[in-house]
Order: sequence, then structure tokens, then C-alpha cells
Amino acid sequence: MEIETKNIKQPNLKDRFKTEEYMINMGPQHPATHGVLRLILTIDGEIIKKVEPDLGYIHRSIEKMCERDSYQQIVHLTDRMDYLSSHINNEAVSLAVEKALQLEIPDRVKVIRTIIAELTRIASHTLWWGVFGMDIGALTTYFYGFRDREMINDIFEETCGARLTMNYNKPGGLMFDIHPNFVNRVKDFVAHFKTKLPEYDRLLTGNIIFQKRTKGIGFLTKEDAISFGTTGPVSRGSGVASDIRKIHPYSAYERVDFKQPLYHEGDNLARYKVRIDEMWESLSIIEQLIDNIPEGDYQVPTKAVIKLPKGEYYQRVETARGELGVYINSEGNKNPYRVKFRSPGFSNLSVLNHISVGSKIGDLVAIMATLDLVIPDIDR
Amino acid sequence: MNKDIKTINQEIPADFPGQVIPGGNGGNIVITSLNKVIDWGRKNSLWSLYFGTSCCAIEMMQTGAATNDYSRFGFEVARPSPRQADLIIIAGTIVNKMAPVLRRLYDQMAEPKYVIAMGACAISGGPFYYNSYSVVKGADHVIPVDVYVPGCPPRPEALLEGMIKLQEKIMNENALNRPNPMDGFDEGKAHIKPIKMINHD
Repeated sequence: MEIETKNIKQPNLKDRFKTEEYMINMGPQHPATHGVLRLILTIDGEIIKKVEPDLGYIHRSIEKMCERDSYQQIVHLTDRMDYLSSHINNEAVSLAVEKALQLEIPDRVKVIRTIIAELTRIASHTLWWGVFGMDIGALTTYFYGFRDREMINDIFEETCGARLTMNYNKPGGLMFDIHPNFVNRVKDFVAHFKTKLPEYDRLLTGNIIFQKRTKGIGFLTKEDAISFGTTGPVSRGSGVASDIRKIHPYSAYERVDFKQPLYHEGDNLARYKVRIDEMWESLSIIEQLIDNIPEGDYQVPTKAVIKLPKGEYYQRVETARGELGVYINSEGNKNPYRVKFRSPGFSNLSVLNHISVGSKIGDLVAIMATLDLVIPDIDR
Repeated sequence: MNKDIKTINQEIPADFPGQVIPGGNGGNIVITSLNKVIDWGRKNSLWSLYFGTSCCAIEMMQTGAATNDYSRFGFEVARPSPRQADLIIIAGTIVNKMAPVLRRLYDQMAEPKYVIAMGACAISGGPFYYNSYSVVKGADHVIPVDVYVPGCPPRPEALLEGMIKLQEKIMNENALNRPNPMDGFDEGKAHIKPIKMINHD
């Protein structure tokens, strides 16, 4: 018996190889999310259609806790937020309280704060550089980055007593004066790091595999960078001059001469180059300040119980990730009525869906690494 | 060549690693030595899970980097998958939303499995003990913990010491008849005896 094949409808080739969208779950326990971020990915084959971040896996209710704490205690909570720029977070709260109290801060405090803030920025960027390399498959960078970071941690430990969460700032100045070795050790570090930073370029920047993984991927236009509210190296990689140190100088940034690195490509490589250049600029800021730390007190005496006058206060600083804003609403009590942190990571995360749609799933890891997210900073 | 069991015991060299129980039918020597061999193997290849939730994760990474380098002590590699890991180092705060995930990760690990609670948050909630509505006050409410390493965050040396303490604990275990740490845990009757270290900060 013959089968009549004529009447059987042949599926056309497009239907036969049709693909379907499906969803996968990335995180919260995933090595490339740098913490406990959960991403719900809608993908078609290997192409990303949608990225939906799910937050709250490290929500520690810091803002609510601030309402029960005194102003000195708030400082201690902030360095658990963005722990990689803990000193700068402390500085933001201290500056906000000092602004409200209209305290005159000694020059010595301003200069020391600036030097340590720039050391923190270098420490944060070296860690980012090491982990970025690791994310895209180059494990060696991890060891190089941590080698230099360890030197900065030793400096911090000698002066502040802690390696990571330093709590060196307080409203009205610093906890204690710098260690006698501080100046020499910082000079040693600057000399050491100047020889090591070109090594970073030799090891990773020119690498052909690295270039292919970063060039033209994760493209963010200048208009989008502004409308999504990105700050820090993410926006500067798209050509937006957003450095708070230039726009609203605080501490000792008025008296130093530095550039803000700008790149207009808007891709992963541009954001990478911004951070490498920022490390050079930080070194130059430290060099300008380290030789002439003014003499004077390291703190102004404040009352044991600080009561801010009734009103609203806002202070913005530039952390290693972008603009951190501290909003304090005071009713005249020893506790604030409301504290809000405008964290750089949250706005930078909002751009993730926009720039990763259409790229491969492997590139998502590289894109997330160049956004340099710190999840406790986002969740707070 | 049938020797008496007592003569065998006397022939055992002084530096024999196992504990020899005299008497019995002779099987004890084999069992106890096997226990020690298994313990020794376990303690020298503890693979840890990447589980960093917050600040302590950075110090954990620095413990793994070149300066401190925990692979010297057998913590050879960190694994992203719980199926390949023997050890969770809870590096950071556990909040209410994360607690079921931590429990699932622990359940997915193959026996034998060990837990180190690193830092004040994982021990008791730490700085977030008071006034916080979302923080679990200690990871031992979720899974049984073997070693507590205090600090906020602990220095890399403190974490290393905690890891070595865990190795000592494993060395004293009865490997062939190891009790399940989850037995009775949910009823609040944990039989596991944790090691509590003093603060090094």
C-alpha cells in the first residue's frame, strides 16, 4: 500500500526550527552576582530578552534603624552599606551632620579624610579589577588585585584599627589622629602602585580575548545614562561629567588639581578605562596632599548628645561607584525623623535590563561586572 | 602465624596515628584506624561554597588570595555549586528573605557537611541585632553551625584559625558512624557541639 505523501502538509523550515523563550533564575547564590542579587532572565537560546532583578536578599533595614540611633551611631551602620568605600560613606554622614550643626572643620581633618577616601577608592577599584578579570575567566588578575589591596588595608589597620569597616570618621572630625608611620607608608604605597598599575594594563587591557569580551558590549548612550540616573564611572564611560568632587567639592577637593576621566564609547571597555584612569588620578591627589598635611586638631569637640536643628539636610559625595546622597530629616531630637540614602548602586542597576537586552548570556556577567554593583548598598 | 591480640597491640609503634583500643576481637584496630584515615582525608580536602552575602565576603576573598591563601591548609578551591561543596562559610548577614535559600543550599550539599559562621552577623545578627525587622538573629536559627568566628568582619587570620579549629574537630570525629547534624535540629534539640572562638579584633 502506498502512502499518499502529497496531502500531508510539510511544516516549513522556519516552524521546524522555531525557538521558544524560556526563563532561568540567576542567583541569589551565584558567584558572578557579587553578593546575593537575583536575576530572572528571559532568554531565547543564548540571547537575552529581558532581565528582571529581584532585590531584598540582603535588606537589613538600615534606614529604619537610623531612626532609633543617635547621629554618632548612624555612622557605624553606613560602612556596612557600601563596604568597599566604607570611609566615604562615613564621611557623607559626618559631613551632613556637620553641615547641619554649622561646625567649622579643621584643615587637617579635611586633608586626612581626602587622602583616606582616595586610598579607599583605589582599594575598591583594585578589587573590582581583580574580580572583573575573574568573572570573564582570567583568574590571575584576582591575585594581582588583592596583592595591592592588602597594602592599603595594612595602612588602614595601622591608623584606624580596622581593615575594612573602618569607622574612622565621626561628626566633628576623626576618631583619633593618624599613626606616625602613616605618611611614610602611604608614600611607599604610591611608589609601589605606580610601578604596578602599568602591569594591570599589560596583563589585561591589551589582551585580545578581553577586548573581544568588552568592546561594543553593554552599550549605553549619553542620553540614557542621564535619564536612568547613573552616576560614577558608569556615566563617565558614556561621556557624562558627573563627578561630585568637581561639581560640589567637599573636604579638600577644592585645593587639589585632578581630571575626571571621560570616555564617550559607552561600552564595557570605556567603563573599564574610566576606573583605571581614576586610579591614576587618585594617586595624583594623594601625592599632592600627603606632603603638606596641615598641623592642628583632628576633631572639634561636639556635645555627647548631638541634636540637629529642625529641618532637612542633604549631602552628596562621590564614592567609588558614584553619587551617594544622605538625606536627614530632623525634628530637633537626638534621633533623626527620617534618613534616606541615595545609593549609587541602585540607579546603576536600573540600567542593566536596558543595556543587556540582545546580548549573549555570557556577556551579562561582563556587563554586571562593569556596573560594579555592591548588593548591600542597593538593598540597604 | 596466629598471634594473640595482645601481642599485636604491643607491636604497634608509638607514632601510630590511630587510637588503639586493647582487647576485643581484633577488629577495633582496623575500625579505629579506618576512622582516622577517613577523618584525615576529609579534613584535608574541604571545599567551601561561595556564600558571601555582605562585608565578610571581602575578608573571605582576601583569605583566599595570595597573602593568606587558605589552600595551604587544604581548603583547596571554592565551589559555586552546593553539590560539590563540603563546607559553607556564612560570610555576612542572613535576612528573612535569604534564610530559606540558605537552608536549601545546606540541604543540597552532600554529607558530610560543615558550617562556619563568620562574623558577628552570622553569629547573632551583630550590629543589626536591635531594632531591625528583617535580620535573622544568627545563622544557627536556620542551620547547625560548627565553628563561630567573631569579628566585624574577622581578620583573615581569625578565619584561618577557625578553619583549622574545624579541621581539629573533624579529626576527632567518628567518621564511620557520624551522627547527622540535622537530627532534632528543627525541634530545637541540636546535639552538635560548636566551637566558639574568642574575639581577635
